[in-house]
Amino acid sequence: MTIPISWYLLLSAFLFACGVMGFLIKRNIITIFMSIELMLNGVNLSFIAFATRFGTLDGHIFVFFVMVVAAAEAAVGLAIIISVYRTRETLNVDRVNLLKL
Amino acid sequence: MKLFFWQPWLIPLLPLVGALINGLFGKRFSKSVVASIALFFTGASLLFASVHAYTLLHSGADALETSYGTWIRAGSFAADFGIYLDHLSLVMMLVVTGVGFVIHVYSVAYMEHEGGYYRFFSFLNFFMFFMLTLVLANNYLLLFVGWEGVGLASYLLIGFFFQKDSAANAGKKAFITNRIGDFGFLIALFLLIQHFGTLRFATVFNIASSLPAETTAGLLTAIGLLMLVGACGKSAQIPLYVWLPDAMEGPTPVSALIHAATMVTAGVYMVCRSNAIFSRAPLALLAVAIIGALTSFFAASIGIVQTDIKRVLAYSTVSQLGYMFMAAGVAAYSASIFHLMTHAFFKALLFLGAGSVIHGIGGEQDMRSMGGLRKYMPWTFWTMLIATLAISGIPPFAGFFSKDEILWQAFSSPHGSKIFWAIGIITAFMTSFYMFRLIFLTFTGEYRGAQQDAHSAHADHGHVPHESPWLVLAPLVLLAVLSIIGGWVGGNRFEHFLAPVIQKVQTESPRLQVAESAAIPTSEHGEKTGESKALETSLMSISVLVAFSGLGLAWFFYVKRPELPGKIAAASGGLYKLVLNKYWIDEVYSAVIIGPLVALSRAFLWQIVDQKVVDGSINETATAVRGVSHVVRQQQSGLIRSYAGWIAAGAAVIVAYMVWMGTR
Amino acid sequence: MHIFLFLLFGLLCAGGAINLLIQRKPINSALSLIVVMGSLALIYLLLGAEFVAVVQVIIYAGAIMVLFIFVIMLLNAGEEEHTKGSKVAKIIGIPGLITGFIIGVSVLLQHGPQEKRIHIGELYGSASDVGMMLFTKYLLAFELTSVLVLIAIMGAVVLARRSHSS
Repeated sequence: MTIPISWYLLLSAFLFACGVMGFLIKRNIITIFMSIELMLNGVNLSFIAFATRFGTLDGHIFVFFVMVVAAAEAAVGLAIIISVYRTRETLNVDRVNLLKL
Repeated sequence: MKLFFWQPWLIPLLPLVGALINGLFGKRFSKSVVASIALFFTGASLLFASVHAYTLLHSGADALETSYGTWIRAGSFAADFGIYLDHLSLVMMLVVTGVGFVIHVYSVAYMEHEGGYYRFFSFLNFFMFFMLTLVLANNYLLLFVGWEGVGLASYLLIGFFFQKDSAANAGKKAFITNRIGDFGFLIALFLLIQHFGTLRFATVFNIASSLPAETTAGLLTAIGLLMLVGACGKSAQIPLYVWLPDAMEGPTPVSALIHAATMVTAGVYMVCRSNAIFSRAPLALLAVAIIGALTSFFAASIGIVQTDIKRVLAYSTVSQLGYMFMAAGVAAYSASIFHLMTHAFFKALLFLGAGSVIHGIGGEQDMRSMGGLRKYMPWTFWTMLIATLAISGIPPFAGFFSKDEILWQAFSSPHGSKIFWAIGIITAFMTSFYMFRLIFLTFTGEYRGAQQDAHSAHADHGHVPHESPWLVLAPLVLLAVLSIIGGWVGGNRFEHFLAPVIQKVQTESPRLQVAESAAIPTSEHGEKTGESKALETSLMSISVLVAFSGLGLAWFFYVKRPELPGKIAAASGGLYKLVLNKYWIDEVYSAVIIGPLVALSRAFLWQIVDQKVVDGSINETATAVRGVSHVVRQQQSGLIRSYAGWIAAGAAVIVAYMVWMGTR
Repeated sequence: MHIFLFLLFGLLCAGGAINLLIQRKPINSALSLIVVMGSLALIYLLLGAEFVAVVQVIIYAGAIMVLFIFVIMLLNAGEEEHTKGSKVAKIIGIPGLITGFIIGVSVLLQHGPQEKRIHIGELYGSASDVGMMLFTKYLLAFELTSVLVLIAIMGAVVLARRSHSS
């Protein structure tokens, strides 16, 4: 029994949507960060699905690079979260609203 | 190929360099450095002008036209930076640079005790630049640039003592009155562009000379009349002459250079330059002549009763400019330019002499407080006497020749009439009278200004009137020599000299040539028959007689019976008052034109258009923007989740758009 | 067999993602994210991406999630606070998201690549194939990622270090 590529893509879209939704409804900055990872994973899945669809390995390489970037991002992002927590004493993004004039 | 630097564009540009150096850095220079810079560049310009005049006269060419590239190109219309050097612009160029240089020399000493020394010389050089641009331009547009530029320089120099309200106001008055004239001139230029497609002198005159002379009002008449409006503004003719007497608020060298010798003659130059147009529009020519005659008469009559020495000279200038217009109006362009030249010499001399007098007695300008100055300042007296003899038309001084030529032309030209001649003679009489009145009041009798002198603002001047330094006197002497010999060239030879400029156009139209040569077989080539020779001689003797009678009357009134003028003034009552108050022209203007204009501006333009419409629209726009911004500002909440929401919505819109585009 | 495995891990994946959203405590969200990543690794295997599946487990489920959990522990992140901060996210963001999702899904269903079907056991991206490509065609990019990672490490050290001024 086989399944079409578009199912994988649907799953990818769902994961991405969940990531965005997490960004919209979660208040905890760590969870929001995890939502970003979720979105990245969703994109990765579509990369792999298309790589399979077209029979090339470039998609795999891209996923690899995305993972590297995600790792770097996680390192820096978590460091930022730590320093934000140090100064603001909170992880709630609604309370960290200095991103305005 | 001549060296680029030896071409005539350097003539106007040299004073500009001087103006820029003095204007930008002059504040740090000492007075002698400022003066040297100004003199060097003006002198160099004079030198260059002379060299080019020599070159032109020896090349045998009628005109040298050089273009230095296109300035404006719009559709089929193009205007160049170009120099047009012919005999007419040559005369103007030499007068401007020559008299200009002399007056620069005079100013070095004269302005020494005034503030803003560098500013003065910068403006003066600036004026020279624009005046030379005006006379050397090869098209009307460049001429107009010079035209406006000299207006600006004039404004700056009239208001030179800007702390004085009257000076600042006089500057504004001059500028605004000139604007009215410029308006007419500009429309004339538009008409030229529309119908001739170019503003280049050579092309315009070629086209114009191919047209027949208009017997009724037509295009050329319209252009001519509008140009006349412009010339009236610049050359202070009725009805726009009111600014010139007020312009005497400026320093005296400025009055001499701008408001006597050069700038105010720009209108005459322009009319003579456009002779191809005017000659074909008899109605416009008639208007020129009438305005000239009226102006010369009215200004002279006002000049008779003025007591301010500079104002007498100012009205005299207006009157003499009227003479030039009258000459131009009877198609005697060469006589007009001839008088322009001699007038530049003797009127500059008169102003400089008046400046020397004012300087010598410590700033007093009222002739009633002068008198007896002959023994204090003999040089000034003799030079001014020469100038007065010249302006009064007493042979063999310069003014006699040019004035006589004008009167003869007014009498005999096909465009002339005996009425013009009569007005000219009466004006000549009045000119002679008021000029000798000035001389007698100033230099003869006893000094009447001792008491006032003690209160003089100039602390550095003594109580006793004193002769001016040699740097002031040298220009006077030089101009006096020119005032004597300037006319000896003679009207006929001068006419012959200008013939390429004036005659060329007339002979190009065969029909007109026939018509004109039929009308005047005599003065066409300067060969006069015996009959007209006799007529000219008798006319000449009349004008000389009139000049001497003016002298005699002035002597009788102001030397022999000094109490008489007061009695006559009292007896004539209303008339005297009318003339003394310059026919109430200023008051009439302010009541008829300025008053309603101010009222309209205040009630409608200010309170409705400006406050309600202009300010209102701005304010409403600002309020609306603020309202919108207030809403938009809310969106910058600093909440990351809101931003994410916007991004999500935006992404959705983009996806939808792309899908829609893809499925279309 | 294939469809069964896909449905199993796909549902696990989707369930983990939903659970991530529902859970209030960050630690629970982190654990459900691990579930998502683990099942994704198996889906990658289903797609024949052997190398990526392994790397997914090692880097994501291993390194990155450990980092997350470590930070949660470090900051002692407790239950999520319920603040009403952003109306925009609710009013505009969520409808926008749903609209975009529906459009995307409908496009996928209508025009998605149906023809290609995946058979189990077909391995496209073995480690050696990917490695060959990585060290030939993408060599420069690969080397550059090492610089990126180095910078990230330095950045993390600088940011997380307690500043001396305070």
